[in-house]
Amino acid sequence: MINQYPLWKYLLILAVLITGVIYALPNLYGEDPAVQVSSTRSTVDDATARAVEDALRQANLAHRPVEISEGRLLVRFADTESQLKAADILTDALGSGHVVALNLAPATPQWLQKLNALPMYLGLDLRGGVHFLMEVDIDAAVRQAEERYVGELRTLLRDKKVRYVTIGREKAGIELRFRDAAEREKARQLIRDQVQGLVVSERDAGGEYFLRAVLSEQETLSIRRFAVQQNVTTLRNRVNELGVAEPVIQQQGENRVVVELPGVQDTARAKEILGATATLEFRLVDEGHDAAEAAATGRVPVGTRLYQTREGRPVLLQNRVMLTGDYITDASSGLDQQTGGPAVFITLDGKGAGLFSDATKDNVGRLMAVVFIESKTETRTVNGEQVKHRSTVEEVINVARIQERLSKRFQITGLDSSQEARNLALLLRAGALAAPLEIIEERTIGPSLGRENIEQGKQATIIGLILIAIFMTIYYSVFGLIANIALLFNMVLLVAVMSMLQATLTLPGIAGIALSLGMAVDANVLIYERIREELRNGNTPQAAIHAGFDRAFTAIADSNLTTLVAALVLFMFGTGPVKGFAVTLSIGIMTTLFTAILGTRAMVNLLFGGRRLKRLPIGI
Amino acid sequence: MEFFKKRTSIDFLGQRKYALALSLVMIVVSLVSMVVRGFNFGLDFTGGTLIEVVYEKPVELDEVRATLSDAGFDEAVVQHFGTTREVMVRLAPRAEEDSKEVSARAYNALSQAAPGQVEMRRVEFVGPQVGEELREQGGLAMLIALFGILTYVWMRYERRMAIGAILALVHDPIIILGVFSLWQIEFDLTVLAAVLAVLGYSVNDTIVVFDRIRENFRKVRKGSTADIINLSVNETLSRTIMTGVTVLLILLPMLFFGGSTLFGFALSLTIGLFVGVFSTIYIASAAALLLGVSRADFAPVKKEGAEADSRP
Repeated sequence: MINQYPLWKYLLILAVLITGVIYALPNLYGEDPAVQVSSTRSTVDDATARAVEDALRQANLAHRPVEISEGRLLVRFADTESQLKAADILTDALGSGHVVALNLAPATPQWLQKLNALPMYLGLDLRGGVHFLMEVDIDAAVRQAEERYVGELRTLLRDKKVRYVTIGREKAGIELRFRDAAEREKARQLIRDQVQGLVVSERDAGGEYFLRAVLSEQETLSIRRFAVQQNVTTLRNRVNELGVAEPVIQQQGENRVVVELPGVQDTARAKEILGATATLEFRLVDEGHDAAEAAATGRVPVGTRLYQTREGRPVLLQNRVMLTGDYITDASSGLDQQTGGPAVFITLDGKGAGLFSDATKDNVGRLMAVVFIESKTETRTVNGEQVKHRSTVEEVINVARIQERLSKRFQITGLDSSQEARNLALLLRAGALAAPLEIIEERTIGPSLGRENIEQGKQATIIGLILIAIFMTIYYSVFGLIANIALLFNMVLLVAVMSMLQATLTLPGIAGIALSLGMAVDANVLIYERIREELRNGNTPQAAIHAGFDRAFTAIADSNLTTLVAALVLFMFGTGPVKGFAVTLSIGIMTTLFTAILGTRAMVNLLFGGRRLKRLPIGI
Repeated sequence: MEFFKKRTSIDFLGQRKYALALSLVMIVVSLVSMVVRGFNFGLDFTGGTLIEVVYEKPVELDEVRATLSDAGFDEAVVQHFGTTREVMVRLAPRAEEDSKEVSARAYNALSQAAPGQVEMRRVEFVGPQVGEELREQGGLAMLIALFGILTYVWMRYERRMAIGAILALVHDPIIILGVFSLWQIEFDLTVLAAVLAVLGYSVNDTIVVFDRIRENFRKVRKGSTADIINLSVNETLSRTIMTGVTVLLILLPMLFFGGSTLFGFALSLTIGLFVGVFSTIYIASAAALLLGVSRADFAPVKKEGAEADSRP
């Protein structure tokens, strides 16, 4: 039988269509103004939920039921006015341990959420917000590392009584100058045995003997990697403070970090918080007094200060600082060789080793805490005046018992997991060895522009589609209607795939959707023109349909695949909005191949297949 | 409805000398303009700062300039876009330390001069290193796209046709870039994306005609190569017009209602649409003809579809 599909093909197309409709649906529901609460220390729990409900009840603010998911709490409101009011109330009520952020939560119904169906993810140009591209100054990180090595070498040679003339950092590495070759040889062996990560070479000039030490390739690589990683971690911590609902912090390329803060308009404040600097302090724990009691009563014993750990537990620490982060030359995580448990290894420079050795000598067996101090300047507008406001956040990131007299190298053990060890090492490095960050790109899109962009993009697409639909119907009559249905199906599928992948939709992305729909019609045109040709050549309607689809296939496939080549190249090279365009174009090509070839054919087969036809309603 | 009641038999390739001359003139003008006038590169490529604001009431550009000049931005380029309430300010990249603060300072100056009347729409700062990288990457992307398409057409069709297709593909962006250079229309990242999309559209068009040429070489026994190409172009003519019209129906609303961001994008695609159709016939096909493509290159050994028997 000519022009009929087996049942399974119809069912397959129907199944794809239904899936497409379901996953495209969430985009029709819009968004609710909402307030999102997260905890800076741990995840939110039922207690937080009760506190939120109480606070809102007292303020008489109507809200939808409180939702908790992925450690965050979400309250939806009917309008933005009550959303803003609620955010103020909750910020006051919950205090410093929580971050309250404004959010637009997708109003996707429960049954769709259960299917994991979510609306498309809108890019910053459509929702408004700030985009930063930051570059980690890797050369500075390498420079810092070389300077630490200089200090280390100086101490080492002095300790071992090797006589050198000078040690210093030159353009091409660290240079050591000696009077005679024997001393140089001693130094060379010492460095080989005791210092890791350096490659040493010799040089004689003008009766003097030189050693040149450069960082080994592996060492440079790990310094670079760490510098970026650690900046990403620090940025993530700081962004949490800003109270942004869905921030993006991502490494891009070798040494860049992208930070996207949807909904943020105050770039100055964002930059200040992102640009905070951090230091470390080692202090002894006051074990003679009860920290919880001091926290409850507010009476702090003389000579001590009350701190909090990241988990929010109070700790009493002595006022005297044993050591600051400036002396740390390295911190890395690994496994304790004796117990096999997770550990953090810390290395101090020569001066720090001496200080620390003295400080820990008489305190073996006592508890020691590491305090992480972040200081930032904020500019606030008070009574129309710009006021610079300095603030610091101090947190205890680790408490450990001193097992022995500590000096140059020591380790912190007793950590719960290797994840914790990694975090601690990153924090230690953030406090001691931060590589400078520079903002090299900044884009702020106002919320009104974002809304306008969506509206204009949508409007232009819809007008275009309506025009196409009218034109196709006039030109191809019933077959034109079929093409229009296929086009609609195509758009639904495209939106569904974008939503499933949670690919970012940008303004050029909307243009990409429009363009691929415009070009999708081309496939139908190719088929229909071919059918008309076959009819003119005197073929029967059924044979014409069959030959039309058959012969048009290679042209459709080839032309779409070559376009796909261009789209994939765009995807590889593009960033931000352009990538968005490439994504929609690529997906559009694939949905086009499906709908124009299979979808249209199925409809034509259903309507005309297997029937005796005198003529085809194809506009001739 | 039909565009042509009978099959057309226009001698397209007969005009190829005039078409080639026209094409050469356009290319020379474009290249000269690119060298002499260069491009009006957008912020993405030059680096610098851009601020877009909306005032509550229409505003004089001189006032805005004066405000900025007082704040130390003498070199600011200020212009209206859209309406007289909307103002766009551009600042060239500065070598100073505080380049990051420039946008904030300029915006504060504007909002303090007219308190409560200025709404921020867009602030962008692009460091010089980013712009340079983008220019390099953009060129590279275009080359790789061309190479990818060349490989595909070569594999699916024939060497001479692949070369023809690539010549057409080099031809099209040159003319689009020429238009942007001649009229100094802003060239930003979205326009670059559109130019790459034109590569896609143009090759699409070329392939459809090539597909028909290949088929006719196998099917039609008489006629010279030029006749076969003419026949193929004529046979696909109503499709070419039809598809052009539908894509244009999508692009025109974008051009007029899409806002400033999509204008350059829609413009380059619209130019690409016309140039693409032209280059298919007079560059891609003509070049294949010139290079000596012939029936022998398409001996019907392999059959494409399974139902080759049903052919008339």
